[in-house]
Amino acid sequence: MQVSLKWLKDYVDVDLPPEELAERLTMAGLEVDSLRRIEPAFSGVTVARIVSLRPHPQADQLSLCEVAAGKATFPVVCGAKNIRVGDIVPLAGVGAVLPGGDVIRSARIRGEVSEGMLCSEAELGIGADVSGIMILPSDLPVGKELADALDLHDAVLDIGVTPNRSDCLSMVGVAREVAAVMGKELCNPPFHVAENDEDIRGITSVSIEDPDLCPRYTARVIRNVRIGPSPFWMRRKLEAVGLRSINNIVDVTNFVMMELGQPLHAFDFRFLEQGRIVVRRSRAGETFVSLDEKERILQADTLMICDGVKPVAIGGVMGGLNSEVKEDTETILLESAYFDPASIRRTSRRLSMGTDAAFRFERGIDPEGVVRALDRAAGLMAELSGGTVCRGVIDQYPQTVAAVKDIPLRLKRIQDILGAAVAEADVVRILGNLKMTVEPAGEGAFRVTPPTCRVDIAREIDLIEEIARMYGYDRVPATLPAVSVIAGGVDGKSAVEARVREIMTGAGYQEVINYSFVSPDAIDQLGLAETDERRQHVRIRNPLTEEQAVMRTTLVQSLLSNARRNADVGCFDLKIFEMGRTFIRQGEGKQPRENNRAAFLITGRRYEDRWHFQDLQSDFYDLKGCAENILDTLRVSAPSFRESVPQPFLHPGKACGLFDGETQIGFLGEVHPDVMARMDLTATAVVCELDMDLLVANYSPKAVFHNLPRFPSSSRDVAFLVRREVAAAEVLRSAADFFEELLEKVKIFDVYETGNIPAGMKSLGMRFSYRSADRTLTDDEVNEAHARIVQRIVHATGASIR
Amino acid sequence: MTGELELLRDQAEAELGKAGSEEEIQAIRTRYLGRKGLLTGLLRNIAHVAPEDRPGFGKECNELKEAISSKVDQVLDRLVSSQREQAILREQIDVTLPGRAVRQGRLHPVTQIRDEICRIFAGLGFSVVEGPEIELDYYNFEALNIPKDHPARDMQDTFYVEDNIVLRTHTSPVQVRIMEKTRPPVRILSPGRVYRRDSDVSHTPMFHQIEGLLVDRGVSFGDLKGVLTVFLRQMFGDDTALRFRPSFFPFTEPSAEVDIRCVMCSGRGCRVCGQSGWLEILGSGMVDPEVFKNVGYDPEEFTGFAFGLGLERIAMLKFGISDIRLFFENDLRFLEQF
Repeated sequence: MQVSLKWLKDYVDVDLPPEELAERLTMAGLEVDSLRRIEPAFSGVTVARIVSLRPHPQADQLSLCEVAAGKATFPVVCGAKNIRVGDIVPLAGVGAVLPGGDVIRSARIRGEVSEGMLCSEAELGIGADVSGIMILPSDLPVGKELADALDLHDAVLDIGVTPNRSDCLSMVGVAREVAAVMGKELCNPPFHVAENDEDIRGITSVSIEDPDLCPRYTARVIRNVRIGPSPFWMRRKLEAVGLRSINNIVDVTNFVMMELGQPLHAFDFRFLEQGRIVVRRSRAGETFVSLDEKERILQADTLMICDGVKPVAIGGVMGGLNSEVKEDTETILLESAYFDPASIRRTSRRLSMGTDAAFRFERGIDPEGVVRALDRAAGLMAELSGGTVCRGVIDQYPQTVAAVKDIPLRLKRIQDILGAAVAEADVVRILGNLKMTVEPAGEGAFRVTPPTCRVDIAREIDLIEEIARMYGYDRVPATLPAVSVIAGGVDGKSAVEARVREIMTGAGYQEVINYSFVSPDAIDQLGLAETDERRQHVRIRNPLTEEQAVMRTTLVQSLLSNARRNADVGCFDLKIFEMGRTFIRQGEGKQPRENNRAAFLITGRRYEDRWHFQDLQSDFYDLKGCAENILDTLRVSAPSFRESVPQPFLHPGKACGLFDGETQIGFLGEVHPDVMARMDLTATAVVCELDMDLLVANYSPKAVFHNLPRFPSSSRDVAFLVRREVAAAEVLRSAADFFEELLEKVKIFDVYETGNIPAGMKSLGMRFSYRSADRTLTDDEVNEAHARIVQRIVHATGASIR
Repeated sequence: MTGELELLRDQAEAELGKAGSEEEIQAIRTRYLGRKGLLTGLLRNIAHVAPEDRPGFGKECNELKEAISSKVDQVLDRLVSSQREQAILREQIDVTLPGRAVRQGRLHPVTQIRDEICRIFAGLGFSVVEGPEIELDYYNFEALNIPKDHPARDMQDTFYVEDNIVLRTHTSPVQVRIMEKTRPPVRILSPGRVYRRDSDVSHTPMFHQIEGLLVDRGVSFGDLKGVLTVFLRQMFGDDTALRFRPSFFPFTEPSAEVDIRCVMCSGRGCRVCGQSGWLEILGSGMVDPEVFKNVGYDPEEFTGFAFGLGLERIAMLKFGISDIRLFFENDLRFLEQF
């Protein structure tokens, strides 16, 4: 909401500098977003009077003027035809600078001296009129600087009016607030209107067929108007608040809307068939061409203003082209109405017509200010267009808009809510300044009636807010709540997530955060099967772009797109991870299933280029190590990495599922070469995704202590030769399954497939550690146990010993 | 000392003086002090010494043995330490070459800010809770006193999944869900992703918020000021100037925007604060009685306050980032800076 300070001063005596006023309003809840000063774009222009005028001897199109400005007179050669002796005009003297930077110099034009230039509005940048020299009001003091004489200085406050304060969407509304803040009087514009003898009831009628959408409709008729430009003062005011001047009738409707907050509409009466107004819902499929010359197809419950035959305006939103005020309009039917806010909002949104009128109606206007605005506008129209206002007002008010009265207010409640000792006198003073009626209702209690323009005030708490903002938030002492002691702290999920973040950042992984929405193609890029649950994505009905149209069902694609982006800027070595949710659609009307997940990706070299690490390419086992660390740290009781339902986007030979017992908690593997190719990535990448909800559910922060061993262990190394496809885990398991109490642990220390190893075989070097809790083992004891285990492994896996 | 012993001593010292290696020194020790050594040989010949001279001779022999032995040790020590010195000189490395650590990964700046805020509020007794990101219209709007067809809905441009299902536009629905399930006292903090249909230098369609809620008996607007002052001073420094100014949120009344003195210009006015000298940092207010009624709390019995803030905004101010979109492009050159 743009507020011209100069305009504002018509209604309240503001004596503060604009910066200070902005600060005061901001601290009272009308946030001033910016402050703009308006200064003329010219200098050296004075008010001058034309003393004499004669034709230029050498040029038919030019005249020679003698102009007086102050004590001196100047000869000026002028080409305009609209000037006469005695006219008051702007003179750009020698040395004056015009908008755009042109400097006026003394010149000789076709042999005649010219010491200055008479200017049009357009040349001064203060209007659009290029037709001739700007003729100034005759009472302007000759010789005065034009900028001061016309008072072209102004400051415009841009106020971010919150949706509840519809009463501040006008100059008078803001002035009312300023008056309340500064304890000044509000000075309303004149509402009195002079009428002619012709009774409006003999000319037209209004019938409201749908009072639920239009509780009140008022109208006046103005005869014998002459359409023309608005006077300078009005154009300046409209321009200052960002409106374009159209003509003296339309400008009045806009001016009064800005002044009082009541949107108005002027119809050319001759286009209203049967000379009457009917307010009704549209019929489905009805079409209508609005003032912006667009054809609209209407839904069934759009409120239309019609004449006896056809629609002539979309009620409260925009007028129609068919009844627009034209150059030769003579009779105006002026509308001032109250429309149902919700209905206006539905219509303006559906038709994407966020007009100034709709903006005000949907926030709620003052139902009791409708006729005042009608009278104000009719009076102005008559004044500016030479017309006369017909006698009487048509005021159809079939459905009273309920005004809130007698809101109970308790002093103690004010003090309790605010935590400040607000005095009774303050309460009465503040509410009085806000033009509320305050009546006592017993000890420390009141009944308060707000003015009808304050549609946001209905409850005690609304009044308390008014008192608080006028009392001053800064006067409320800051305290700490004397409330029940509750332990704050970290929940299980946050704790688990923090551990995972520690592990991954420690391992050199960088955390990323991607949008939760992806392109629908993401699913196809990963090659998910038709039956895959992750195809059940949630689609956003109104996405910003198709690239962000569905909610992701896995984090993998996001991480791959990060690899893609970083490769684009020359970074091919990447270790990243993300924690976020995935969303699986559950069907119409249901919220989707949300899962917390963590995903990791490594691609390129394992370490950055360093003198002591040679070009080591990362692989499956890098990420598996991280996954093992996570499962170990989170004390997953029975972790295993084994085959599961294959992920179509992973390399079938380099992928596995992660399990806790029989529950799958994630997957890990190298990204399938096809997927890499589809994303135009050349290296290999390994990804892992974990279900954090399952990890959190099974997490126990409690550690279990085991006594330190008192006796030494001994170890034995063996190299087994097994078929290549025998999994290491199988060999380990066959050792573990064989209950041998002296065996403490088994480690694989070497895997070897080339050299003298036969094709299709591999060598697994394993170290077995033996220990007893109550004695030092003898060589014989160890050898016996070891022999049993090796025997068992050979038997179970078909291994031989190298 | 007899001339024979003296001769032996001089001879040993001369040999030790010439010895250059550990082996040579050990050989000298063996030659003089070994079982078949020269000194042992002399002692064996004690029979030839006159009986009255024997104790003296024995003593002198032992003294000589001690002397040679300690001399040998001395020479040996000197040799070992000189060898070690030489080795140390040889082993010198270039300490300016980079170390062998795996480069530490970083947390996303938004995570860092979130953790910091959660830590501060944990100290004030707040616990972290979460709620759905895809939310029912009821929780996102209606229960928060934002009816359908109300202009307050313009404050947040919404992504819709269905008529009654939206991507949550703020973390405030979590307070409704928690209050529905728990009786006061309530003291919660709810961080998470939120979504608004908006995209430019200062808006992304997804960003992060933290919502806070405190409900109990006798909670006042003064308490709101106190708690948020403690928080903001911890976050931005003890001498941070702040102001509370009236605003509007449908689910709080009275409502307050909280501004801090601009961290870029210290209040002189700059581009970041739009010349005002103040930065809007969070929205807050006393929970509206309508919200309490929706969750079955008696507004006459309980009062409380809520607040919400955007994490990206705070991160931008703390780190001096000018374009919010950088947070989600995940360019390593950006992420590695924090």
